[in-house]
Amino acid sequence: MNQISRLFTKTLVVLFFLTIISPEILFAQDGEALFKANCASCHKPDEKYVGPALKGAREREPSKDWVYKWVANTTTMVNTDPYAMKLKQEAGGVVMTTFSDLKKNEIDAILSWADSYVKPGAPAPGAPGATGAVAAPSSDNSVLYGLLTLILAIIGLVLLQVNSNLKKLTDEKDGIKTPPNVPFYRNKAYLLLVVIVLFVFAGYFLVEGAMGLGRQQGYQPVQPIYYSHAVHAGVNQISCLYCHGGAQDSRHASIPSVNVCMNCHKAIKEYTGEPIIREDGTNVNANAEIQKLYKYAGWNPDSRTYDKPGKPIEWVRIHNLPAHVYFNHSQHVKVGQVACQTCHGEIQKMGEVKQFAPLSMGWCINCHRTTNVQFNDDKGNGNKFYSIYEKFHEDIKNKKYDSVTVEKIGGTECQKCHY
Amino acid sequence: MSEKKYWQNFGELNKSEANSKALKDEFREELPFEELGDENIFNAKAPRRDFLKYMGFSTAAAVVAASCEMPVRKSIPFLNKPDDMLPGISNYYASTYLNDGDAIPVVVKQREGRPIKIEGNDLSSLTNGGTSAQCQSSVLDLYDTTRLRYPMANRKEATFEAIDKMIADGLAANAGKPLVLLTSTITSITTKKIIADIITKYPGSRHVQYDAVSYNGMIMANQASYGQKAIPAYHFENAKVIVSLGADFLGSWLSPVVFAKQYAVNRRINEKNPAMSRHIQFEGFFSMTGANADERYLHKPSETGAVALALLGALGGGTSSHITGALADGVKKTAAELIANKGEALVVCGSNDPNIQIIVNAINEAIGAGGKTIDWNSPVNYRQGIDAEMVTLTDDLNAGNVGALLVYGANPVYNYFAAEKFAAGLKKCPFTVSYSEKMDETTELCKYIIPSHHWLESWGDAELQKDYFSVIQPIIHPLFKTRQFESSLLKVAGSADDYETYFRKYWIEKLGDINKYEGFLQDGVLENSKLKSQTFFVNTADLTPASAASTATVVLSDSATANVTPALAVPEMAAAIFKGNVSDAATKITAIKGGDVEMALYQNIAIGTGSRANNAWLQEVSDPITKATWDNYATISPEMGKKLFDIDIFNPRQADKYEIHPEKPMVKIVSNGKTIEMPVLIIPGTHPDVIAIAIGYGRESNDKTKTKQYIGPAANGVGTNVYPLAVFDGTSVIYSTSATIEKLDKMYPIAQSQTHSITEGRPVVRETTLTHFIADPEGLGKEEKEELAQYGEDFARDATLYPTFDKPGIKWGMSIDLNTCIGCSACTVACVAENNISTVGKYEVSRFHDMQWIRIDRYFTGNTQNPDIVFQPMLCQQCDNAPCENVCPVSATNHSSEGLNQMIYNRCIGTKYCMNNCPYKVRRFNWADWNGADSFPDNQRGIISDATTELDSDLARMVLNPDVTVRARGVMEKCSFCVQRLQEGKLNAKKEDRVIKDGEIQTACMQACPTHAIMFGNVNDDGSKIAKIRVEEQKARKFYVLEQLHTLPNVNYLAKVRNTQREVGSKKEII
Repeated sequence: MNQISRLFTKTLVVLFFLTIISPEILFAQDGEALFKANCASCHKPDEKYVGPALKGAREREPSKDWVYKWVANTTTMVNTDPYAMKLKQEAGGVVMTTFSDLKKNEIDAILSWADSYVKPGAPAPGAPGATGAVAAPSSDNSVLYGLLTLILAIIGLVLLQVNSNLKKLTDEKDGIKTPPNVPFYRNKAYLLLVVIVLFVFAGYFLVEGAMGLGRQQGYQPVQPIYYSHAVHAGVNQISCLYCHGGAQDSRHASIPSVNVCMNCHKAIKEYTGEPIIREDGTNVNANAEIQKLYKYAGWNPDSRTYDKPGKPIEWVRIHNLPAHVYFNHSQHVKVGQVACQTCHGEIQKMGEVKQFAPLSMGWCINCHRTTNVQFNDDKGNGNKFYSIYEKFHEDIKNKKYDSVTVEKIGGTECQKCHY
Repeated sequence: MSEKKYWQNFGELNKSEANSKALKDEFREELPFEELGDENIFNAKAPRRDFLKYMGFSTAAAVVAASCEMPVRKSIPFLNKPDDMLPGISNYYASTYLNDGDAIPVVVKQREGRPIKIEGNDLSSLTNGGTSAQCQSSVLDLYDTTRLRYPMANRKEATFEAIDKMIADGLAANAGKPLVLLTSTITSITTKKIIADIITKYPGSRHVQYDAVSYNGMIMANQASYGQKAIPAYHFENAKVIVSLGADFLGSWLSPVVFAKQYAVNRRINEKNPAMSRHIQFEGFFSMTGANADERYLHKPSETGAVALALLGALGGGTSSHITGALADGVKKTAAELIANKGEALVVCGSNDPNIQIIVNAINEAIGAGGKTIDWNSPVNYRQGIDAEMVTLTDDLNAGNVGALLVYGANPVYNYFAAEKFAAGLKKCPFTVSYSEKMDETTELCKYIIPSHHWLESWGDAELQKDYFSVIQPIIHPLFKTRQFESSLLKVAGSADDYETYFRKYWIEKLGDINKYEGFLQDGVLENSKLKSQTFFVNTADLTPASAASTATVVLSDSATANVTPALAVPEMAAAIFKGNVSDAATKITAIKGGDVEMALYQNIAIGTGSRANNAWLQEVSDPITKATWDNYATISPEMGKKLFDIDIFNPRQADKYEIHPEKPMVKIVSNGKTIEMPVLIIPGTHPDVIAIAIGYGRESNDKTKTKQYIGPAANGVGTNVYPLAVFDGTSVIYSTSATIEKLDKMYPIAQSQTHSITEGRPVVRETTLTHFIADPEGLGKEEKEELAQYGEDFARDATLYPTFDKPGIKWGMSIDLNTCIGCSACTVACVAENNISTVGKYEVSRFHDMQWIRIDRYFTGNTQNPDIVFQPMLCQQCDNAPCENVCPVSATNHSSEGLNQMIYNRCIGTKYCMNNCPYKVRRFNWADWNGADSFPDNQRGIISDATTELDSDLARMVLNPDVTVRARGVMEKCSFCVQRLQEGKLNAKKEDRVIKDGEIQTACMQACPTHAIMFGNVNDDGSKIAKIRVEEQKARKFYVLEQLHTLPNVNYLAKVRNTQREVGSKKEII
């Protein structure tokens, strides 16, 4: 009976954590949304970014309502208030934007959320490993279901144990001999169960892991030059095709040669925009990066000549496809009119580029299944190439369907990409 | 079922036991699991432990492999990107394939700065875009690991400056005696001009042109007959009757690509008005040209002159000869046809005897060929060597009368009949320089070596025939420290210019202005009277990369009508006045004595003279007749085989003894006191007393241990050198002589590529005669049609339980005309180059592991003594109801909505079920990793043959097409209809917002074909050529191979038509 009580305690513990965490999640979500909408570009909750970490900000500040004043009048306070001046100095002279729209309770929500913020992946303080996952912000209910299943399974086990104990008792009463009691960890039925569960889990993770071999979603290597797409494509609105012209003509989007960089950087010697902050919070010395470029190009910015031999830049390739996959950028960019961001993510907001999509076959196929082809219509819109699909045009005319997906014209057949 | 019988080998002809057994075993070799046989595995001592060990090891290995980090890959863009280069987009540049005297105008495909594929230049009216196997394979030579990499003086690396000085000093020191420049035939006018400058600078010096296979006989005969030391241009397209006396003009004689294009013009059938030329071949053994002939007569090589005399006599030339019997009858019949087609006939002769060629000139005179089928307005430049000059040079060298010898392109230490004498003389010469690209036998004996560029790295021009120019321009920066031969010559001549500048100056001056010069570079060719006012075919302004590609690839060939649109109007032709001394020649010919047994040397279509023997692609091309690879051998007749080995090839039991294993019996051949030992192949259609042997094999360095390093692994130990068996008769080198042959008790394996694909007696080819075809076009394949008609009106739909599938949009289809396919294998090599196909080496071919996606099947038929041959290119038929697709357990081969039978390498697990179930035997399995596709480098050393190991080197891998996956070990592959080209073509159309133009997309085989026998296109497009061929133009001849199996192939063939009165095909016994 001792076992049962132990199990019961454990269940209670789990249920307790569940109850104390749930309201936190609900409460924090407002603060999180506000944070993301207003503060995330310069602040991080738990570490220094452009601005200081928001966690514990209220404790550091000189008075309780200092922050409400500060958020509403940053520009004036930065020159009058000593604490604000100190902040400016710490941030390298960058001054926070004024958010006069934020209400007091909203500021409180943000700061409260930041105070209670736990880095995703790290176990919530005090929680045992099994329940750590619960703390991670999660929008779907799978964790909850998993937990419920676990609880039900434990209850089931407990009941089984109770049942078998009761049976033993009744058997004893009836004088039927029973095999000697074995501890549950030597009970073959339990062991089998554990083995099966382990096998299923291990199998699942093995298969998942094997499928993920060679996939690099989220890959964000350090490049020889810190080249910020956010500055070039985001702030300065340079068209993607200016540098990656191959994307509309060729199989490869191609990385621009150094002379393309120098088209602008002969004139642009200094970076004067917003400070560029790496994801680990360190500052990027943008001017030093430009000097690196000059070194590669062999350019002397003072004499404005190429006075040294240049050498090409060895960029680290982020998007890698296996050798047996044929992918053609121009098919997608020029013919399919697909935006770069569809596959590369919001590249105009990325500092160092990160692989956005999994680049898995399932991911390709899903898009081919749902994307419509630029079929030409009566008005001559669309691509005339597709006029050869007479049957589909006929069907569209007869209103059988109104569009044709890539899949329908053979876009998911093996040899469209594998040859 | 057809009554006609076609056979590929004797076993099939005889229905032998071994053959029937072989039919049942698709994979004939034993599986390599002896130690794991059924018995062993159960008797083994500790199988369970071993199992656990293996299991443990593989798990651990998998864990290690899986936990490895992803490799960091670098992307390195240009520092300064050239404007005309975009990664991923191919550029095309006109150039000229050069090898010895051969010159073919080509367009080279360049990807990321590397030439990867050679196509014919269709602006050339001579070739009309045709190529040959040799031309197609030439790109591999650029990446040959055994090329010389730097200049050498006395075997030590030297700088160009140092070596130039040494040469200048050396030439000055030896100025007392003449300087001799020994080259192969030079077709370039600028090179000739530089050579003339050198001769002026060094008085007494001379230029000797030397051809490995001499055409001295024709040149001297033309000198005697017409006063011109040259070879005229032949026009087979104007001939209704073509007679060849042993000239293999479609395979190896003079300029086969040009002749093949001309020949095909009158061999194409227009079904509405069927007509074709007559081709009569007199020869001693089966040549590829002979296999295409309508009539074929056999004679000994020594009788060539007699046949010529008899023919001239029958034409009323007053000569007579001793020939009798069927041959004499044949000559008479031939003469009658020639007379009937006076002015529309042509006689060519492959003999190198000037007297015989004088008689042939007289015959052509008698049939009015001059100005009609023979043109003296534009003589050809492919061969200019005079045998006597070379003999004098050899004597002079031995006498010590040569001060300096500069050698380029010629390799007499290997391929001269008196090679030893030449080598001895060369060693006596005080100052020798070689400009060879490779360390060939002659270069090895030279003191100074300044390696020249490969033609793909060179500038230059080639005058194919008078006033027909083709440009050579570099497609890649030189890979090694080499310098073009002409640049080196300019140094010798004391000029300050390098050749590029010289060439540019010369041509700008010749053409008048720089725009015309650039036009010449753009088009690649400059022809005839257009020299002065050339209007260029391509408008420079229109050249975007995409359209440049399409202009380079568009050939609108016309396989149905007898008219290939020439790029230019046919130029005026001229005859010459014949003044040859016929009676003198006749007397000399009559004096020629033959032997009981005679030996004839010939050129294999792939290896040719052997100068490019280290090209593995060429070594792996099957001979069109014998289907043998990687070797030369003595071809003998079944009669001689019976005499020598007591093997009656037509007796089922005995034939198996000879045929079923690759090991062939060896013989000793003695001729002129020289002895060689080699294996034999018994080929029907060989004259009973003739032994035929291919030259170009048996390359061997003077230091024999260095052959692999100097000449190359693919040439190392391949075949026997038979050049020394040629004889010099006082004026000419003669490539046939009497010989004795005797049996040796030795065997030698020969790797033949065809004996393993057996048709089981199914009717695979269709053939008829012109007479029958005209009388009853519908009669062709009537029985087959009736058989299919039983199933209902639409065989495709009614003969199956399964539904038919729509092909909306595009349905690709191919049509192959058996009438114009000459069996030249250009398609095979083009396919190898385009699709990164592995070359496997001799041992693997001998156990049927050859990888080529398109093969040329050769079928014998008819009279077993002198059979006919039908060639049939066989490739994946892209069946709409494919037997291979149903049996794949992982669906790695399946069907596309465009009618392609798709093969997905990364999904294939290598069961080989598909291969077993393919009735056409066109699937190829990767038994090893031949191309270095595996992620572990060098794990195939020792497994793949020595000859092909270099093909997975970093250098050789530069030839790979980046658009095609390099297949790894353990997967199946097969023809894909060049799906990468289809995808590219569709994409180009989409980018330009238009539908695909017919003819815009060509498969590699189609593009390479010199006779345009292959047509490809979208069958769903009613206006396309392929749809027209199938539905109207060639309805009667069209057939699908094994159609009755309901495989629904997307490749159709057009039946072969022979222009003969004989019945073709032997009757098949009713079983």
